[in-house]
Amino acid sequence: MTNEDLKKAVIGLLQKNARIGESEIADRLRSDPETVARLIREMEGDGTIIGYHALVNDELAGNGEVRALIEVQVLPERDGGFDRVARAIGRFREVCSVYLVSGQYDLRVEVTGETLQQVALFVASRLAPIDGVQATATHFMLKKYKESGFSVEKDEDYERLKVSP
Amino acid sequence: MSDSKSRPDRNWVAKHIAGLPRSGIRDFFELVNSRDGVISLGIGEPDFVTPWGIREATIYALDKGHTSYTSNLGLLSLRRECCRYVGREFGVDYDPVGECIITVGVSEGLDLIMRAILDPGDEVIYHEPSYVSYAPSVAMTHAIPVAVTTEAENGFAVRAEDVEKRITPRTKALLLNYPNNPTGGNLSHAQKAALARLAVERDLLVITDEIYSELTYGERTQSIAAFPGMRERTVFLHGFSKAFAMTGYRIGYACGPRPLIEAMMKVHQYSMLCACGFAQEAALEALRNGARDREAMRGEYEQRRNVIVRRLNGMGLSCNLPEGAFYVFPRIAATGLSAQEFAMGLLEHKNVAVVPGTAFGAAGEGHVRCAYAASMADIETAMSRMREFIDEL
Repeated sequence: MTNEDLKKAVIGLLQKNARIGESEIADRLRSDPETVARLIREMEGDGTIIGYHALVNDELAGNGEVRALIEVQVLPERDGGFDRVARAIGRFREVCSVYLVSGQYDLRVEVTGETLQQVALFVASRLAPIDGVQATATHFMLKKYKESGFSVEKDEDYERLKVSP
Repeated sequence: MSDSKSRPDRNWVAKHIAGLPRSGIRDFFELVNSRDGVISLGIGEPDFVTPWGIREATIYALDKGHTSYTSNLGLLSLRRECCRYVGREFGVDYDPVGECIITVGVSEGLDLIMRAILDPGDEVIYHEPSYVSYAPSVAMTHAIPVAVTTEAENGFAVRAEDVEKRITPRTKALLLNYPNNPTGGNLSHAQKAALARLAVERDLLVITDEIYSELTYGERTQSIAAFPGMRERTVFLHGFSKAFAMTGYRIGYACGPRPLIEAMMKVHQYSMLCACGFAQEAALEALRNGARDREAMRGEYEQRRNVIVRRLNGMGLSCNLPEGAFYVFPRIAATGLSAQEFAMGLLEHKNVAVVPGTAFGAAGEGHVRCAYAASMADIETAMSRMREFIDEL
């Protein structure tokens, strides 16, 4: 496996389970833990890997925080297009993701807050007034079913064989 | 009263069925299934659920009311897709109209070809360790299964010279299964070529069960059916269970020369009629749109294989890196235990299930089969408990 292929494979495994550990990665890819650790350090250093986080079932975690998707229409600029506005939005602590998307609006922004009012107020008083933002539409998230490839609910067990030829 | 004629001790079972060995592992299987909390590396099927796109196609077929019989041979659309797939992936072209039949899994395909070709007393050569139903499927037709032993040192590949030694005037067919259950062994191009030459020279029919073929790690060679002179003397058996995680759908297919497919069709039509129609539609979806899911599963199996082989060798059990399927077949003889003792001990003391190699024929003594179609967490737990078990011996 070339270095580049190995890097891709390591990223693939970390994206599925960031807690997998260097020795399991090494075993899966028939490499050694030192090489894997070095590649991960390199990718963390050069910004290929931005960070790690846990996917959580908010209900079970007792996480009462409110999340909303905000569609933002932006007037693009002569230099840089949507970048300045996207970065300005992304600096707020309340904002957890910002994507430029195709379609009826331009930026898809995910915002968290303690209450509906707090999120609504944030959109009205901090996000909408940003120079270049033309319109926003707020969608509060009511329930999470799947995130990053993982279903929130577990499949039911059924009568599967424990051993078979 | 005619009661006087009744004999309460009368044995109604046919002699050739009574004579079949009771699957050596049935007691073991029942023991495993009766225990709670077993970590099992004993399952001969994917741990993945059938990909949703395929399940959704099944539901859609039901939604449309496609619940009738299909043609005895199976849906023509599916046969077309199967033949296209076999042409593209295995290098042999078949006519979907007369050279392909949809079966209820490879198991039925195997039964059909045996019943179609064997007269009482005919002999079929197969290699051991092997899947449990090969010898019985021959014996059930009053024919004689002849086992050729394969060795770990040779990657469990069957050698043409060993087959040749067992050929008699009654030998009709050679049954191959590569990639192999239970060993994970595979055949190289050269090994297939040697077997193909032998088959042509000695006028043998070759039945090739390639159910694990998509689960090949490293280079995948063409089917033995694609070698010179082989198309007319090979019956190619394949199905959807392993590559697409569709074991419960029970859909397989056979491709081969027209007269043989026609003969298999006769048996199938009178015994099975047809394979389940909406399951056939699901299989069609698998061939049309299932490649990405198939490859994702294959990639995951390959990595699990790498892990389990390292762990086994790390605890002193010699185990080569198998080239296909989702099984490893480590040698446990160094522990001083027989295959059965090892598997029973591991189950009793550590609640881990592996299958004794002898379940797959006498040639499996000294080995156990570990399936890595299990979650990595289960594999890791099973491996550390197995290590404890060995250390405590």
